Amino acid sequence: MEWEIVIGLEVHVQLSTKSKLFSGASTRFGAEPNTQACAIDLAMPGTLPVPNEEAFRYAVMFGLAMNAEIGKRSVFERKNYFYPDLPKGYQTTQLAEPIVGAGEIEIHLDDGTSKKVRLHHAHLEEDAGKSLHEDFQGMSGIDLNRAGTPLIEIVSEPDMRSPAEAVAYLKKIHSIVTYLGISDGDMSQGSMRCDANVSVRLKGEEKLGTRTELKNINSFRFVERAIKVEAERQIDILEDGGTVIQETRLYDSDKNETRSMRSKEVANDYRYFPCPDLLPVILTDDYVEKIRSELPELPDAKLARFQSEYQLSAYDASLLTQERALADYFEAAAKESGEPKLAANWITGELAALLNREELSIEQSPVSALQLAGLIKRVTDNTISSKIAKQVFEAMAKGEGSADQVIEKRGLKQVSDSGAIEQMVDQVLAASGTQVENYRNADESKRPKMMGYFVGQVMKASKGQANPQMINKILKEKLDALL
Amino acid sequence: MAVDTQTVEKLAELARIAISAETIDEVSNRLGDVLQLVDQLQAVHTEGVAPMAHPLDEVQVLRADEVTEPNRREEFLALAPQSEAGLYLVPKVID
Repeated sequence: MEWEIVIGLEVHVQLSTKSKLFSGASTRFGAEPNTQACAIDLAMPGTLPVPNEEAFRYAVMFGLAMNAEIGKRSVFERKNYFYPDLPKGYQTTQLAEPIVGAGEIEIHLDDGTSKKVRLHHAHLEEDAGKSLHEDFQGMSGIDLNRAGTPLIEIVSEPDMRSPAEAVAYLKKIHSIVTYLGISDGDMSQGSMRCDANVSVRLKGEEKLGTRTELKNINSFRFVERAIKVEAERQIDILEDGGTVIQETRLYDSDKNETRSMRSKEVANDYRYFPCPDLLPVILTDDYVEKIRSELPELPDAKLARFQSEYQLSAYDASLLTQERALADYFEAAAKESGEPKLAANWITGELAALLNREELSIEQSPVSALQLAGLIKRVTDNTISSKIAKQVFEAMAKGEGSADQVIEKRGLKQVSDSGAIEQMVDQVLAASGTQVENYRNADESKRPKMMGYFVGQVMKASKGQANPQMINKILKEKLDALL
Repeated sequence: MAVDTQTVEKLAELARIAISAETIDEVSNRLGDVLQLVDQLQAVHTEGVAPMAHPLDEVQVLRADEVTEPNRREEFLALAPQSEAGLYLVPKVID
């Protein structure tokens, strides 16, 4: 039997407004507990919420980037449930009339293929606070700093068919919100969270299987693993003749398994109704069009432009456009050096390895785009070989200054003095009697390959600083003369 | 038309309200009255009438994104039955 996995994602993205969705309290991350929870956030009697215009602007930007309909009239509703990190006893959210309606985006998979994923809708809502369950004499501690922070919840259609597609979709959402600058998208700090609805069905079957909802998956890697392990669980049940129960499950990354959240067994009944404290929000066409005209270049447009303007491969362009900061870095290095292809190679190669090793983001790169461009220029004008360039790069990463400063200080300038190279070649040939003999006796077709040995020796003698083209030329002349 | 006891109990659970056995009949009768009123409303012919989200035919005013609320933690914490280390303490919630 061949099974098909069907996945829909609900992604919560924290909007990076300065103040909360309904109050003027700060949303800054990492403050002392409850120092950013005001009377409105605490649901004090007599308080009234007033929505934050910037949150609407961000949500509209997102909707436009998702090619979605914009809800020019949107309505807040109350979703009623009881939990101590939600002091009002309801979450103010949107249901029937959300700010963003149906849309569609294209996701890019690692194998180079693309696919469209439909957006069901996206709505504005407030975040809850945090419960801390450590050690308070059998009590829980509540920090309400996060309560009321604006979120957009982005609900996809069940259009994804593999864990890899789910990850590609999530990366696309991440890339769009960070390009727009409406969220920092930091999954480790909870700025972006993901729930996955997963079901399986026999390939060719049209009816959807019973789904389970996987809660709060907090990294790209876990999304992939959680969906995979949950789909396997469902397939095992079905192949044994059982039935999948519709329920909410929690992914345990330590054990790599999902388990039922028993406390939520009572069927959810949120008794939504329009919030009487808030009137419908009406946005004008002018308002929406102004936002559209101010949208920055989005990942797909940048991807296409990097290929046409800089002649990058689709693969390089997709790597370099995933993050806006990385794309900016590349463009600065490409423009300054005049060598986009080399800049792309350096960034996806040495620089990516360095950042990965040091666990740094591109914004924290110890080598700036201008420094990298300076290094590339010294390679293209033959001041240094590409091998020496790697040394210079490492030195720049350690803070030894610009490429020129490193080359000067360490004396790495390429030797292009033909006399000096000739001398090194003579010494190498004199010391390599056997190899020279083999070379002379070898078939002509094998000689170019055998030259590699001599080139390597001369390079070694020059401590890597001899101009490789010149070594080749001089060596070839000397060896040919011996034939 | 009273609401049945089971429904009242479920609603009470969802609303986290304790309803004693003695008052449950009264509550179910009163809820039944409310539902009767809703039935009357539903009998009104409303085809072609857009639903209203709010009784006031007004539009929401939005505020600028500015931090205007100072930290008043100590005042607010003082109102809570129990607090510690800047946190509100509540009966343990286990998920």
